[in-house]
Amino acid sequence: MTQLERQQWDVVVVGAGGAGLRAAIEAREQGARTAVICKSLFGKAHTVMAEGGIAASMGNVNSGDNWQVHFRDTMRGGKFLNQWRMAELHAREAPDRVWELETWGALFDRTADGRISQRNFGGHEYPRLAHVGDRTGLELIRTLQQKIVSLQQDDKREFGDYEARLKVFQECTVTRVLKEDDRVSGAFCYERESGRFFVLEAPAVVLATGGIGKSFKVTSNSWEYTGDGHALALLAGAPLLNMEFVQFHPTGMVWPPSVKGILVTESVRGDGGVLRNSDGKRFMFDYVPDVFKEKYAESEEEGDRWYEDPDHNRRPPELLPRDEVARAINSEVKAGRGSPHGGVFLDVSTRMPAEVIRRRLPSMHHQFKELADVDITVEPMEVGPTCHYVMGGIAVESDTAAARGVPGLFAAGEVAGGMHGSNRLGGNSLSDLLVFGRRAGLHAAEYASALAGARPAVDEAQVDLAAAEALRPFSAEPQEGAAPENPYTLHQELQQAMNDLVGIIRRDAEMRQALEKLAELRVRARRAGVEGHRQFNPGWHLALDLRNMLLVSECVARAALERTESRGGHTREDWPAMDRSWRRANLLCRLADPTEGLAATDPVRGQIRLVREETEPIRADLLALFEKEELVKYLAEEELYE
Amino acid sequence: MTTYDASFRVWRGDTGGGALEDFKVEVNEGEVVLDIIHRLQATQVPDLAVRWNCKAGKCGSCSAEINGRPRLMCMTRMSVFSHEETITVTPLRAFPVVRDLVTDVSFNYQKAREVPAFVPPKGVAAGEYRMQQVDVERSQEFRKCIECFLCQDTCHVVRDHEENKGAFAGPRFLMRIAELDMHPLDAADETGLDRKRTAQDEHGLGYCNITKCCTEVCPEHIKITDNALIPLKERAVDRKYDPLVWLGNKIGRRSGS
Amino acid sequence: MATGTEPQPLTGVHDASRAAIAPRHLRTDRWWLAPAVTAAGLLAFVVYSTWRAFVNDDYYAAPYVSPFYSPCVADNCVPMRGGPNADLIGSWWGLSPALLILIFPLAFRGTCYYYRKAYYRGFWASPPACAVAEPHKKYSGETRFPLIIQNIHRYTFYFALPVAAFLTYDAVLAYRDEHYRWGHMGLGTLVFTVNIVLIWAYTLSCHSCRHIVGGKLRHFSKHPVRYRLWGWAGKLNQHHMLLAWASLISVSLADLYVYFLATGAFDDPRFF
Repeated sequence: MTQLERQQWDVVVVGAGGAGLRAAIEAREQGARTAVICKSLFGKAHTVMAEGGIAASMGNVNSGDNWQVHFRDTMRGGKFLNQWRMAELHAREAPDRVWELETWGALFDRTADGRISQRNFGGHEYPRLAHVGDRTGLELIRTLQQKIVSLQQDDKREFGDYEARLKVFQECTVTRVLKEDDRVSGAFCYERESGRFFVLEAPAVVLATGGIGKSFKVTSNSWEYTGDGHALALLAGAPLLNMEFVQFHPTGMVWPPSVKGILVTESVRGDGGVLRNSDGKRFMFDYVPDVFKEKYAESEEEGDRWYEDPDHNRRPPELLPRDEVARAINSEVKAGRGSPHGGVFLDVSTRMPAEVIRRRLPSMHHQFKELADVDITVEPMEVGPTCHYVMGGIAVESDTAAARGVPGLFAAGEVAGGMHGSNRLGGNSLSDLLVFGRRAGLHAAEYASALAGARPAVDEAQVDLAAAEALRPFSAEPQEGAAPENPYTLHQELQQAMNDLVGIIRRDAEMRQALEKLAELRVRARRAGVEGHRQFNPGWHLALDLRNMLLVSECVARAALERTESRGGHTREDWPAMDRSWRRANLLCRLADPTEGLAATDPVRGQIRLVREETEPIRADLLALFEKEELVKYLAEEELYE
Repeated sequence: MTTYDASFRVWRGDTGGGALEDFKVEVNEGEVVLDIIHRLQATQVPDLAVRWNCKAGKCGSCSAEINGRPRLMCMTRMSVFSHEETITVTPLRAFPVVRDLVTDVSFNYQKAREVPAFVPPKGVAAGEYRMQQVDVERSQEFRKCIECFLCQDTCHVVRDHEENKGAFAGPRFLMRIAELDMHPLDAADETGLDRKRTAQDEHGLGYCNITKCCTEVCPEHIKITDNALIPLKERAVDRKYDPLVWLGNKIGRRSGS
Repeated sequence: MATGTEPQPLTGVHDASRAAIAPRHLRTDRWWLAPAVTAAGLLAFVVYSTWRAFVNDDYYAAPYVSPFYSPCVADNCVPMRGGPNADLIGSWWGLSPALLILIFPLAFRGTCYYYRKAYYRGFWASPPACAVAEPHKKYSGETRFPLIIQNIHRYTFYFALPVAAFLTYDAVLAYRDEHYRWGHMGLGTLVFTVNIVLIWAYTLSCHSCRHIVGGKLRHFSKHPVRYRLWGWAGKLNQHHMLLAWASLISVSLADLYVYFLATGAFDDPRFF
């Protein structure tokens, strides 16, 4: 039996981004003793990178907005693949979640009458995004962080200890969710600073670890996005849903190489920026798909008038949902009409006075000035698609955020699947974090308190196995004459393979090739060795994260190969059309054989088993929000007549 | 694309000691110091400890000292150095070292807890908050802070005097007090909390001698001294140094403040 | 502020908990240049103004009066026709009358947020430059006597206002010729005009001024006029350092100009 520190908590939240912190606040306010555990320092989560805003139909700028319109936009953006109940809850609750932030000290930009200002964004019918310049994610994370501190101050007054009921374990990583039978009993963790192992015993674990972008080479995601929560859920026996849907944000920086992929916020287009190819043409007018034809301007003049008079004009096609814009840019570059560094031009300099640009897009101005030596007030930016978000994720119950099949496991935010369907609208991520973060915290706390004294016990054998697994990179030995593998090299090869073979445009043969490559990398990853000791050793940390990246990459590749259509964040060159019969199909990924360990090398069989499942029909009153002519484009015949 | 080999000196060690070590490492056009540190990790010293996250100047994780100046590694472009120059990278020197370029920044989290939180106004429901843009702009400037702690690192009050850490919140958290005191709806007054007075009495505002290093290093270009610290000092003066009250109080007990 | 000075104190960057790096700093730029220039500039002014303040002579050359001697509140001043003779304290004062009035601008500038930075860095090396360890063992900043007195800056600003008003009056008087006839200008008139503009710009750019006119408010939206004043003071305030130096130099030059005229080293070129 391994001797290590153990602590007892009611709820453990893994991840300290928007969803994790919101879950922790809710769980603590419900009375649960709550621990938050995160890989970075407290307040550094990837949520700070969100720029544009929080979508919520408060109707402050256009009073025509309401939750039904928001729901419609969300379903359209996701091409009707969304878990409709999640989309409904999200649209209904988002305004309350934003308003509540103000009571915790958030300072959004204001309208003239003192309300929260809202801005336009791709796919949203009305100005809907609450924002602070272009640093909304920072405002969100700081507000939640400060709310947590304020709850800790309450506890200090009451119990003399800041951490009596809410503690943040920063710079710690969870490598296994522990279970007794099928129920959650805790989490196995290590402290990055010291390498020390510890166990948090808790009946409820909320996964809020964000996305998987670090498996791709060109990405806007930070190093933390290694799919930890996805992998923890799989290993704990919970299924992942629709992992083939990966959003490539249309506008990432393309030059210089070291910053390739860093996000250029959609607000640039929302505020008037336009996309041009090397001929100077606004090419997006050529890429409006049929399902969106009536909603978008047909001429530059009409598009330009919309910024001033949105009620009598249609929006410019630069504001199509992200998947459409990303594919259009990809096609332009392939057709040889790209910019010098392989992107297209995004221009605000000819559209707004310099001082307006500096006021409305301060961090973009700063980012291009500092990193690319480009002054966006006088010259265009060069942009291209970058891996940004995974719509797929842990399959959860819509109302409770509970992971399917594993009592005590919850998931919220990017790591949870279903809410966004096949494609997420900009601004819906931050509201998703808040709405489902709160729900996950609420239901985790209720679950924990309902168990009372009958909590699952931690299985010592699992703790020993987890410790051995975490230590393996230090004892990696040459096998059959092969030298230990460098984890950095393995990671780079994985990123290259996913980028090239399971990227924005997908083909059958390439995805099969990707599965071969993943099988090879799995074998080599077993030999990943590290130098030095356990104290703050990034090589070791990466070696451990590789397990998670390989698992989720296989999910993406396998599900993408299976889905023979193009929809949202999944584009098949060999199946270019959206197929209505696929709308009701969800692809679930499960661990193929949890008992056999993770070394399965057979590329055909692999570690992941796919299950196809049919979704529940959309509730009639929600369907009634759409015109029949529109539904015909998405729904199969039999659904229409049900 | 131009590529060259740069000379780097990186501090390696831990609490037990350490030294600057020399490296030759490839540099490509458009790279920043953090790229070079990553290349060292991937090719020469896989266990080189460094803290980083977004690599876009938004999270404030990769704070270090480059040629003796506190900076974000991800926002320091290699093109500002000559090809011949040796570039020295050390951990932040105001905080306890953990390993290599990673320091223990818990001082800052401790100080964050000591600043009383925003007090919501009584009787104003969520959704009913009304604030004018001109009234939120001052606090919004301070909320641009990414908590890189470079200002806390460079401030000589604690950098050069470990013993002052107990009494002094540092520029970042004095700015937090200013942010709350300027918040149009903060209701601290109604609960008997005087932020202006406590800034000086409990958070060490008087230690600040406005030498502006915090403003110089701020990667977000927040005017910490002119817009937060000096206005806060003036607000403390409003409370405490009205001349008549001051004459009565101060000459009597000079040591306390 | 600090008491002892030791070259290598084992606190601060050499505290046992910090990364073991021997040098006090690793800066490779010329960090010492700014504090050195600042110290030299301030020192030059102190030497010059001390001499001029104590010399009690050569401060009036009709129609110009040196700003160091205006207003004259003792009765031992030369009579300045229409000028700032304001005998408030009578004849017992035997020293230079400049000393009585220079206290006010000295206190204003001495407690000014910019000058504090300048002399803390330049003279006291606290700190000499950013991330360069200071040579002092202990530091208490402005928490206790005597430096806690810096908090009176606001009241020195109040006193600086009438002094500036007197200098404005002197500048207006400079639009006379040496026979006190109005409507004339010489090079001195220009010197005095530039000086008074800079004095006012410096005075109104003061951080305390910015606070008093509007900065202390919580809701700008309820006080549109004060918000606008605060905006103007803020714009000036961004140049506070520049104005501090420019007005320091201009006031010295105005005095030097009068000195040259009074000693006959120079004749005031008249324009009309």
